[in-house]
Amino acid sequence: MTAMQAIFLLLGLITFLSAVMVVVSPQLIHAGLWLVLTLAGVAGLFVLLEAPFLAVVQVVIYIGAIAILIIFAIMLTRRMLREDGRQYNNLWAGAVTVSLILFAVLTFLVLQEPSLAAGSEPLQAETSVLLQDLGRSMVDVDRFIIPFEVASILLLAALIGAIYVARPMMASEEGDREE
Amino acid sequence: MIPLSWYLILTAALFCVGLFGVLSRRNAVAILMSIELMLNAVILNLIVFWRYGQPADISGQVFALIVFAVAASEAAVGLALILSIYRRRSTVAADDINMLKW
Amino acid sequence: MQLDLIAWLIPLPPIVAFGAIILWAHRNNRLSHGIAIGGVAISWGLAMLLFARAIGIENFGEHPVTSSIRWLPTGQSALEFGVLVDPLSTIGLFFVAWTLLAIFVYSVGYHNFGHKTDPADVKGLPPKAGGIEPMYARFFAFISLFAFGMLVLVLSDNLLLLFIGWEIMGLCSYLLIGFWYGRPSARDAMIKAFMTTRVGDVFMLLGIVYLYSQTGTLSFRQILYNEEVLNTLASSPAVVGGLSAAGLIGLLLFVGTVGKSAQWPLHVWLPDAMEGPTPVSALIHAATMVSAGIFMILRMFPLLTAGWHEGGPLTPTMMVIAGIGAFTALFAATIAVAQKDIKRVLAYSTISQLGYMVAAVGIGAFVAAAFHLVTHAFFKALLFLGSGSVIHGVEHGVHETHEHVDSQDMFNMGGLRHKMPATFWTFLLGGLALSGFPILTAGFWSKDEILADAFAHGHTLVFWVLALAALLTAFYTMRQITLTFLGKPRTQAAGHAHESTWTMTVPLVVLAVFAVGFGWVGIPEAFPGLGGILPNWFHEFVGGVLPEHPAAIAFDPTPLLVSVGVALGGLLLGWLTYRRVRAGAPDPLRRLLGPVYAVLENKYYFDEFYNYAIVRPAYWVAETFTYTFLDRRVIDGFLHAVGRTGLRVGAYLRSRFDLPVVNAFGDWVGESTKATGREVRVIQSGRVQQYLLIGIVFTSLVISYFLLVGA
Repeated sequence: MTAMQAIFLLLGLITFLSAVMVVVSPQLIHAGLWLVLTLAGVAGLFVLLEAPFLAVVQVVIYIGAIAILIIFAIMLTRRMLREDGRQYNNLWAGAVTVSLILFAVLTFLVLQEPSLAAGSEPLQAETSVLLQDLGRSMVDVDRFIIPFEVASILLLAALIGAIYVARPMMASEEGDREE
Repeated sequence: MIPLSWYLILTAALFCVGLFGVLSRRNAVAILMSIELMLNAVILNLIVFWRYGQPADISGQVFALIVFAVAASEAAVGLALILSIYRRRSTVAADDINMLKW
Repeated sequence: MQLDLIAWLIPLPPIVAFGAIILWAHRNNRLSHGIAIGGVAISWGLAMLLFARAIGIENFGEHPVTSSIRWLPTGQSALEFGVLVDPLSTIGLFFVAWTLLAIFVYSVGYHNFGHKTDPADVKGLPPKAGGIEPMYARFFAFISLFAFGMLVLVLSDNLLLLFIGWEIMGLCSYLLIGFWYGRPSARDAMIKAFMTTRVGDVFMLLGIVYLYSQTGTLSFRQILYNEEVLNTLASSPAVVGGLSAAGLIGLLLFVGTVGKSAQWPLHVWLPDAMEGPTPVSALIHAATMVSAGIFMILRMFPLLTAGWHEGGPLTPTMMVIAGIGAFTALFAATIAVAQKDIKRVLAYSTISQLGYMVAAVGIGAFVAAAFHLVTHAFFKALLFLGSGSVIHGVEHGVHETHEHVDSQDMFNMGGLRHKMPATFWTFLLGGLALSGFPILTAGFWSKDEILADAFAHGHTLVFWVLALAALLTAFYTMRQITLTFLGKPRTQAAGHAHESTWTMTVPLVVLAVFAVGFGWVGIPEAFPGLGGILPNWFHEFVGGVLPEHPAAIAFDPTPLLVSVGVALGGLLLGWLTYRRVRAGAPDPLRRLLGPVYAVLENKYYFDEFYNYAIVRPAYWVAETFTYTFLDRRVIDGFLHAVGRTGLRVGAYLRSRFDLPVVNAFGDWVGESTKATGREVRVIQSGRVQQYLLIGIVFTSLVISYFLLVGA
């Protein structure tokens, strides 16, 4: 067991267990916080994979924006979104079955394939070079500028959409509420 | 040297946990959080394959970044929708949001 | 223009006139009669042209002009129709054309053209008070069609085309007898005429078919002028009876003539046919249609007389023909003596004279029969038209004096010679021709020739019968003339009669000319004194038609004296008996003959006999047997049974099969679909997580299939 492997096992375990807690927690706030931990674990895994930029992006965007958003949403609407009883619906048995089966199948397939047992090649280039390349590729006309711009538009659309969908109801719409 | 298969098993586990959450939680926000778990597993998978496949080709990371953007926008819109549904139906239990039935 | 082309053109104008009037001109009376008379005038002109050219041809009888077209292709051969211009058809055309033209012109005046339309007149009844005939144009259309039929018959070159013309004339006769269809008597008469002639026509058709089956052709030139064919027919035995084939065919064809020319026993329709307007009586029942029967047996003379040669004994067929002809001549003459309707007398007279012609054919006197045919057409048409003029005059008198008398009864007439002189003189000439007044009239020459031929060839029974008939003919003719024209008017209506218009009297004059003059073309060479002055053109011309040219008969004074004697004697007797009949007095013959008179007056009760023996059984078969029993009970009963059974089977099938099986199946399909839907739609719960779960399950199944089993 090399050091890397040990670190990997540790991080992986943290991530996995946090994910389980997200799904299992009865209180939403707890689930949100466990989510933060999961996301952090994933960021660490990114570092292990020598993708530091992505790790930073994960922390800043996912934890700093999305998870915070979810937590804020939970906190600011606790009264409104109070659960009224059960935590699981009546499909949970089927869900467990499906998940376990899926996991088993995937694991089996992965272990089957001999080429997947290999380790990683060492990086040829420096991390900073890769980073620069990443930056340039995003704006290069021959490379990934279009997905980049489309993603921007997507975010804009989502922004506008979310504002519109979630705005408070006008007086004339009050009557549309179903009791 | 970490075998690829270890990483893949980890992402599979994360994905399946998220799947379980999506399928079985009643609260809509909880479902949303489970979806984020699944997306994370996907992004992790992409980076793993980038690293173990063609690390010189940066397009693997670019792909992952795009997925990030999509996940962010989807989380925002999803929360807005949940709020809007609550206003109409006074509930966030996914079980009770069944207007599209027969 | 060649003769055959003229011949093709002759029948056309009348049929075109018929079509034009029926389809287009019938609203305008003047236009209609103009078209009709124009058509027949063109035919007349062409006929005269043909006649003028034909009489100049040498030996025309041996080299006639024919022209035919392939009408009906029948495999290897074809049925050919065409025209045959030989002396017989030339002579036929001559008298037909003149009589047609005269009668067409006469009809204009007869139907009161120029008078106003009387609003009290209805279509289907004769005009009551001198107004124009309401169905004026229709009359001209019908007689144009008739003219077409007759011209076709005269010009045809084969028996089938002749039969077609024959039948067209039969149709027109039917239509025209019943022209005034509002009268029940006219309706009965038209049916009687058609039915009776139909009996004859059926046998004639049998004869035609039999002839065709024996020879394979119906063309006159091919049958009648072919020695081999005639001999074969004469010698081979017929299918039934003991006759030769020729004999049986001849007999069957002759039955057609018995019907068409009103010989005994099929004579009953002709007197009733007087219901039609007088031009119709003149045209159809005196001059042309009844003459067609004689024309046909003249045409078929070589076939009828196959096996006979001149001077030899008569074949059985010829004996039958001669017997019926002679009998009819006497029979009809006896009935004519006791009739009081002016047209009935002439009708029976026609039957009698046709009997003469038939008897002449029967004894083999071809030329004499043809001669009498032509002269009779002229003077009988003249007599009928004259009687029409008389009736019109008396009707005018009836209208003026409002005296309701039968304007056709001779006992209501008298003294008309002062009131209607033109009619009187022409009628007198016609009557004298009919009686056979010597030398002067055509009737004498033709009748004398028949009697001479009968006497010369030793057919004494025929001779005396015909002579007796001639006596009676002269008697009843003079009776008719005396009662109608001489003496004093017996009724006021007769006293107020007046002469008819020129369109009626001019044709009378024209026909009178022929009634007198035509005889002079047939004076026998051997006649004392007059013979030889004019060549016997008629004998030469018409005689050439026969394969063996008939020889002229040697002169014998006996038949001449008998002929002159009966003619003059009959005329004298008639005048003497009737010149003093007063108004209201009965017929002097009634006292003379006693009960015989009643028999004669009632036509020997033949109509009653036929009615009892034939007509009523036919009605019984039609009404009781065929209609009530066969049609209603058997056929309808069967059909009703089929219907009922069908209904029952249908109901059974419906209740046992259609409803439970078919309907139930359909219902089951629907219901089961609905039930399945009800069961299955539960999966659409509207819950997203459920959909997702199911989706994942199935997707993973598919993916695992592809991973494990391969694509």
